[in-house]
Amino acid sequence: MTQLTELLGKGNAIEGHRPWPRFEVDADTWREAAVALRDEAATLLSVWGDGDRVHLALAMMDLADPLVLTLACPERRYPSVAAIHPAATRLERALRDLHGLEPDELPDPRPWLRHDTAMPYPFLPVEGESLHQIPVGPVHAGIIEPGHFRFTALGETVVRLEERLGYTHKGTEALMRGTDLMKAARLAGRVSGDSTVAYGWAFAAAVEAALGVQAPERALHLRAVMAELERLANHLGDIGAVCNDCSFTVMHAHCGALRESVLRAAAAAFGHRLMMDRIVPGGVARDLDPAGVEAIRSLLKEIRAKFSHLVSVYDGTASLEDRVVGTGTLSQALARSFGAGGYVGRASGRKVDARKQPGYAPYDKVVFVTPVLSAGDVDARVRIRIAEVEQSLALIEQLLERMPGGPIMAKVPATGGGEGAMLIEGFRGDVFVWLRLGADGRIERCHLRDPSWFQWPLLEAAIEGNIVADFPLCNKSFNCSYSGVDL
Amino acid sequence: MRRLLLQALMQGPLTEAPPAADEAVLAEIAQKLAETGRQRLGRSLSIREVDAGSCNGCELEVNALGNPYYDIERFGLRFVASPRHADLLLVTGPVSNNMRVALERTWRATPDPKWVVALGDCAAGCGVFQESAACAGGVAAVLPVDLVIQGCPPTPVEILRGLLALLEQNAKA
Repeated sequence: MTQLTELLGKGNAIEGHRPWPRFEVDADTWREAAVALRDEAATLLSVWGDGDRVHLALAMMDLADPLVLTLACPERRYPSVAAIHPAATRLERALRDLHGLEPDELPDPRPWLRHDTAMPYPFLPVEGESLHQIPVGPVHAGIIEPGHFRFTALGETVVRLEERLGYTHKGTEALMRGTDLMKAARLAGRVSGDSTVAYGWAFAAAVEAALGVQAPERALHLRAVMAELERLANHLGDIGAVCNDCSFTVMHAHCGALRESVLRAAAAAFGHRLMMDRIVPGGVARDLDPAGVEAIRSLLKEIRAKFSHLVSVYDGTASLEDRVVGTGTLSQALARSFGAGGYVGRASGRKVDARKQPGYAPYDKVVFVTPVLSAGDVDARVRIRIAEVEQSLALIEQLLERMPGGPIMAKVPATGGGEGAMLIEGFRGDVFVWLRLGADGRIERCHLRDPSWFQWPLLEAAIEGNIVADFPLCNKSFNCSYSGVDL
Repeated sequence: MRRLLLQALMQGPLTEAPPAADEAVLAEIAQKLAETGRQRLGRSLSIREVDAGSCNGCELEVNALGNPYYDIERFGLRFVASPRHADLLLVTGPVSNNMRVALERTWRATPDPKWVVALGDCAAGCGVFQESAACAGGVAAVLPVDLVIQGCPPTPVEILRGLLALLEQNAKA
C-alpha cells in the first residue's frame, strides 16, 4: 500500500472521475507504477490509449482500492509498462495498433490486433534438435472461436506454444466513439457473448458512476440474479466440455442438459436465453414477474437434485482423474504476476473476487465464499467451478429471498459528461470498463478489458511439457474469450 | 455412475419433437434450387461451422444444438471438423477483416455442391458491428449466401427450423 500511496502523492488528482480516483502523473511516476506492478505491490487492471494520453489502471493485489494513472504523451510515445512488467505486453501491442501511441522499449514490438496479410507473421524462433511445428487455426475443428496456435513439439511433448489472436477484431471501441448510451450498451453486451451480463453490468455501472446516477435496489438485485445465472450456465457447460475433451461424454450430455435448463429459465424470467441487453444504464430493461421467479426456483431445485450426482461421477471416475490431475499446471507465481482472475487465478492460489473486493452492491448484503485452491491443474480449475456452481445456487436463492420492490430504472440524464469505471466479476474473472462521456451524453472513449487478457498468456505456460493431445483439455479448462480480447 | 445411468434409463429421453420447418425458408430454398438447378445433396448434411468474427453468442447456441434436448444428429445433420468433409458452411459474425482470408480459403476448401448459411444478425448484415471499418459487414459481402437465419443470437429452435427447411427442400429437389 505504501508504494501506491507514495505514487499518488506525486500526481494531480482529477475531478469528476468516479468511483475511484484518477491522477495525472509524469513519466517517472508512471515507471514507478510499473515497478510496483513488477514487485507485486499492485496488480494490473489495464492500460489503454485515449487521444494523446495513456491510462494505467491498477489496484492492490486483492483488487482493493483501484486507481487510474494518466500520462500525457504529446510526442505520441510513452515509457512501456511491459518493459518492466510483462503482463502488459499484449495490451500495449494492441494499444499501439489501435491508437498509434508508441510504447518505448516495448519488449515485443510485433503487431497484435492489426493483421497484415501481405506480410507473414514472425513467430518467435524455437531452436533445438528434432523439433517439429504444428500450426492450428484460425479455423478450428470444433465449434469455437478463431485463433491461431503454433505448437513446437518434441515428439508428443509441447516444448512451446505461441498464440496469435486478433482474428475476431471488430473495432468495438472505435464503434463506440460518439454513440449514444443505448447503442454503446448493446455493443458492450457483445464484446464476449458468453459474458454479456457481466459486460452489460460493468458498462451500465461505469455510466452510472460517471453521471452520478444510483440504480434502484431492485435493479441491482435483478442484475445479480442474471450474473449468477450466467455464471451457472457457463460453468455447467464447461465442466461438461472439459470431461468431453477427456472423451467422457456422459458428463457432457448431462451438463449440457443442465446448461439448457439454465438458459430456458433465463428466457422465461428475463426474455432472452443469454440475457443480452437486459442490463441498461440506469437499471434493467425488464422486470421479473412471479412466473419468472417460479422458473428460477424450479431451476435451482433441478440443479440441486442432479448436480451432486454428476460431481460424484467426476470424483469417482479414475480414467477422468487420470487425464485432469497434474495436467496443464499453472504456477502460483505466474498467476500472481499476471494478475489472473476467475477460476484460472483461484485454482492457482489467488484469492480475488471483484464481488468482494473492491466489492459492489448487492453482494455486500448476501453471504458467499470464494473458493481457492493451489494445485493449478485442470482438475483444480474444474473443482473451483464446481464450488462456484454451489455458491451461485445459494446466491440466487438469497437474492430472490430478499428481492426488494420498487422501480427497476433510475432516470439517466440525457446530457452531462463525466468519467466512470467499474470492475464486475464475470464467470471468467473481473471485467473492467472505463469510459468518458461528453457533455452531450455521448461516449467519448470507452475501454473494455476482458479477464482473458491475463489468462491467455498463462495458457502458453501451462501447456509446456504436456502432450499435444491434452491441449484441447487445457484450453477448455482455461476457456479464454477470443472475442473479448480481440475487441 | 451406475445410479446416473439407471436414472437416465428410467427417465427416458429429454429429446424434444422437432420444430416445423420454416415456411419462408422452404419457399426461399425452393426458388434457389430452381434458379441454380443445383445438384441435390441428399437427406443428410455435413456442416462446417466458421466463426468469422462473432462475439461467440452464436457459437453458444450452435453448440446447444448438440445437447440432448435438440439432438441435431437425429436429423442427419452433423458438424464436421474439416471443410473438406462439409456440404454446408454455417458462418457466424460480421466477417472481420482479419478473418476474411480464412473464410474465403475455407469456402474454397469445401467441395461442390455446397451451401452457405449466414447465421445470426452480424452474419446477416444487420448486426451491431455493421458500420465497423474492421468488418466486411456480413457474409454476403464475401461469399454467395444461400440462406440467412437471423437473431442475436438465433435460438437453437430457430436454427433448427432453418436447417430442417433446407434439408427438406433439398431432398425434394
